[in-house]
Amino acid sequence: MMRIIVTGALLSLAGCQGIQSPLAPGGDQAAALHSLFLLMMGVCGVIYMLVLGGLGWSLWRARSASDAAVVPERGLWAVAIVIVVGLTVLIIGSFVADRAVFASRAHGAMIVRVTGHQWWWRIEYRDPATGRWIETANELHLPRDRTTRLALGSADVIHSFWVPNVAGKLDMIPGRRNILDLTPRRIGWFRGQCAEFCGTQHAHMALDVKVESAAAFDAWLATQARPAAAVASRGAAVFAGPCAACHTIRGTGASGRAGPDLTHLAARRSIAAGTLTMTRGNLQGWIAQPQALKPGTAMPSVPLSGPDADALATYLERLR
Amino acid sequence: MRPEQTRLDRLSLTWRDPPGLWGFLTTVDHKRIAARYIVTALLLMFLAGMLALDMRWQLSTPENVRMGPQLYNESFSLHGSTMLFLVSVPVMEAMAFWLVPLMLGQRNMAFPRLGAFSYWLYLGGVLTLWISHALDITPDLGWFEYPPLSGPAYAPGHRADIWAQMITFTEVAALAASVNVAATILKMRPPGMTLARMPVFLWAMLVASIMTILSMPAIMLVTSMLIADRLVSTHFFSPAGGGDVLLFQHLFWFFGHPEVYIIFVPATGFVSAIVETFSRRPLFGHSVIVLAILSIGALAFGLWVHHMFAVGLPRLGNNFYTAASMAIALPAGLQIFCWIATIWSGRPWLATPMLWVIGFVTTFVIGGLSGVMTASAALDLQLTDSYFIVAHFHYVLVGGAMFPLFGAFCYWYPKATGRMMSERWGRIAFALIVGGFNLGFFPMHLLGLLGMPRRVYTYPAGMGWERLNQVATLGSVIAVAGGLVFVANALVCYWRGAPSGPDPWGGSTLEWAGEAPAPSWNLAYTPMVDSLTPMWNGAAPLRVADGVAIERREVLITSVTDADPLYRQKSASPSIWPLLSALAVSVMFIASIFTPWAIVVGAVPIGAALTGWFWPQRPRRNRG
Repeated sequence: MMRIIVTGALLSLAGCQGIQSPLAPGGDQAAALHSLFLLMMGVCGVIYMLVLGGLGWSLWRARSASDAAVVPERGLWAVAIVIVVGLTVLIIGSFVADRAVFASRAHGAMIVRVTGHQWWWRIEYRDPATGRWIETANELHLPRDRTTRLALGSADVIHSFWVPNVAGKLDMIPGRRNILDLTPRRIGWFRGQCAEFCGTQHAHMALDVKVESAAAFDAWLATQARPAAAVASRGAAVFAGPCAACHTIRGTGASGRAGPDLTHLAARRSIAAGTLTMTRGNLQGWIAQPQALKPGTAMPSVPLSGPDADALATYLERLR
Repeated sequence: MRPEQTRLDRLSLTWRDPPGLWGFLTTVDHKRIAARYIVTALLLMFLAGMLALDMRWQLSTPENVRMGPQLYNESFSLHGSTMLFLVSVPVMEAMAFWLVPLMLGQRNMAFPRLGAFSYWLYLGGVLTLWISHALDITPDLGWFEYPPLSGPAYAPGHRADIWAQMITFTEVAALAASVNVAATILKMRPPGMTLARMPVFLWAMLVASIMTILSMPAIMLVTSMLIADRLVSTHFFSPAGGGDVLLFQHLFWFFGHPEVYIIFVPATGFVSAIVETFSRRPLFGHSVIVLAILSIGALAFGLWVHHMFAVGLPRLGNNFYTAASMAIALPAGLQIFCWIATIWSGRPWLATPMLWVIGFVTTFVIGGLSGVMTASAALDLQLTDSYFIVAHFHYVLVGGAMFPLFGAFCYWYPKATGRMMSERWGRIAFALIVGGFNLGFFPMHLLGLLGMPRRVYTYPAGMGWERLNQVATLGSVIAVAGGLVFVANALVCYWRGAPSGPDPWGGSTLEWAGEAPAPSWNLAYTPMVDSLTPMWNGAAPLRVADGVAIERREVLITSVTDADPLYRQKSASPSIWPLLSALAVSVMFIASIFTPWAIVVGAVPIGAALTGWFWPQRPRRNRG
């Protein structure tokens, strides 16, 4: 009984929440898997009820019947046939869904490279104007109704790319490149998370995904392709010190590759791979105490004076 | 038939252990060794359960900072490694050690000293892992440590080596135990117990042992390769050095999947024994169940890729593994049908062991069906590595193997102790454990479907995961409380329980023929078997034969298929050499975490100990 209540409550909950749920598909691949899930639930649900019914009947019968009965051998065959038929349906269903998910949509698909790092995502788009790769991090933008082909790789250990509303997961393996096609159909923000244990901060390796109209996407990509405006501020000077060794801000001298590209940092939704929402307070907090907020992260605590920290935050906030 | 007292006295003299500590260290009595195994495994189950509670506490609120990531990662790694390698597999071997000779009416296992060696080496593995934990060098990369995360570049220090060597310990111990069990079942069946008259329990233990023998070398190989990568830079798994990280996964799961069935198949043996006795009729479809076990044993080796559907192998190949994985549902389903049909056509008696069988069917089938879902190469991409999979494997391992184990514990407890466990407290423990388990783990299916990945030490608020995690925590607290009631019941009844007599349940197989608690020589005479249920031959007494010596340790060897008596064989007496050998092997294993030279230098004491063990004994002076 409890189980039924919990199930009902949860499925209704899944309907209204679900920015990271396979139950609320927002793309072709996730929709195919969702249909398969419903088929599985149906078949497995019926089989479970049959088992419980059989067990209940046996125990109930034992109370009333006085002497041992003979089980008809036919029962065995009936059960075998039910199982074989059920499994055949599910195997075919699984195969069909698999074909749907991995059907080749390569023609004209935009290729995006996503590389897992401990514990963030390097994301590279090709600039449609120049054909050069441009880099961003931890936020994936996808045009609606078009197929985007992700080329998944890893710079260190195994990670797994999982944005359940859009598609199933696929591992990111060092020394290999996996291909995952995404065809989103629903505009909105979704959330993805690393699904393969990848070390200390596996829990804080999330990813924001924005599905938007093709026009909005093109505009976003054009913005991303632009370098940051060169400014001579105190914040820029602070950044050029310790930060530039690991981070790139295109258009400035900062060209470190160890950490995420920050050229358009302030336009992103969150900080440190989905760990904090993008606010000035969080940004300053993150710079001051990264090891307290995400213990083990490669980002060191850099001691800055109050005015320096303030200037740095102001500078970063303008990187839109 | 009650044997005369002089015979019992003679047997007692022949089969007794030396007194005191020396006897404790040298014993080769299969029941004492098995009891040690079981007590050690239950203790570890308690410790690993405490780790689970700690983790559930951490997850009961979002963004909890009670545990840091390092502590949490250590906790789930230790929980998983302990439960899989140090509890589930060994406890099944222990049940085989304890029951197989009794069920065969034999006086000991085929290789008594090897049995002692198995336990001591297993204990070495236990101590390696848990003393490391006490010293704060706990492995922290999960119960399967995938490289490159576990490789030299990303896992400095010795945590990963300790995990890998703990596996070597337990797998050598498991191999030794499995060879012992398989040889005993194949060569020491009582006259008349042909393969066709072998109880399902023995089939299950035989198949599980053979599976262990075939699958364990893969994991020993892979963990040794990992250690070699870490210790002498072999680059088996480093892409930069021409290695491949997926090789590890293939080898690991080539063992890892059969392992699930090595745990589950013995449980089907328990269930079959309990269902038969408590339905008070011979098992329906004996040969169907046996064939099902055999086919599960064979299929289990062709499914490992279903743990790797998300790594990007060719899709068509994945779909073949889907079909193979789902095919397991056929034999498993037929087994369940046979048990239900036995209950249907019998006169079931709902004592605690039978309640556990009911708990097993209702819980395990959910795990089996969620297994059918995860077996789909397509759907698995949404389910694997999420909390759905956490729910799935706990339903399979706890519902499918631990519930039958608890039932088996209640069922054979009187035979081991001569006392009954309290039925009342047994029912309370049953209700708490089964209820708490389902309350704790069912919500995890939903958490997975709401996108919660496994192995996260914390999660953000507002994802819709809070309430479900609280329910899961509550359920696990209830289940642990039930576990404590279960253990307390077993402990109290050890001293205070009502005397059981030799056969309180009216059991069908030979272990019920002898005294309870079972004496060191098991049965006074060799039983003669002419049916599947030798204890259910109407009012007629069990037919027995004499001829196996009582004045020296001797066992009867019979032929593999027909159990025709072949010869009497000397059975090993207590010896300190198994302990010394295990000690020498342990020193070598532990030292090899630090230097490859340990293998060279450590071979010397191992060679010395084995030489002592196998030193030929002088022929008896009075022979001839």
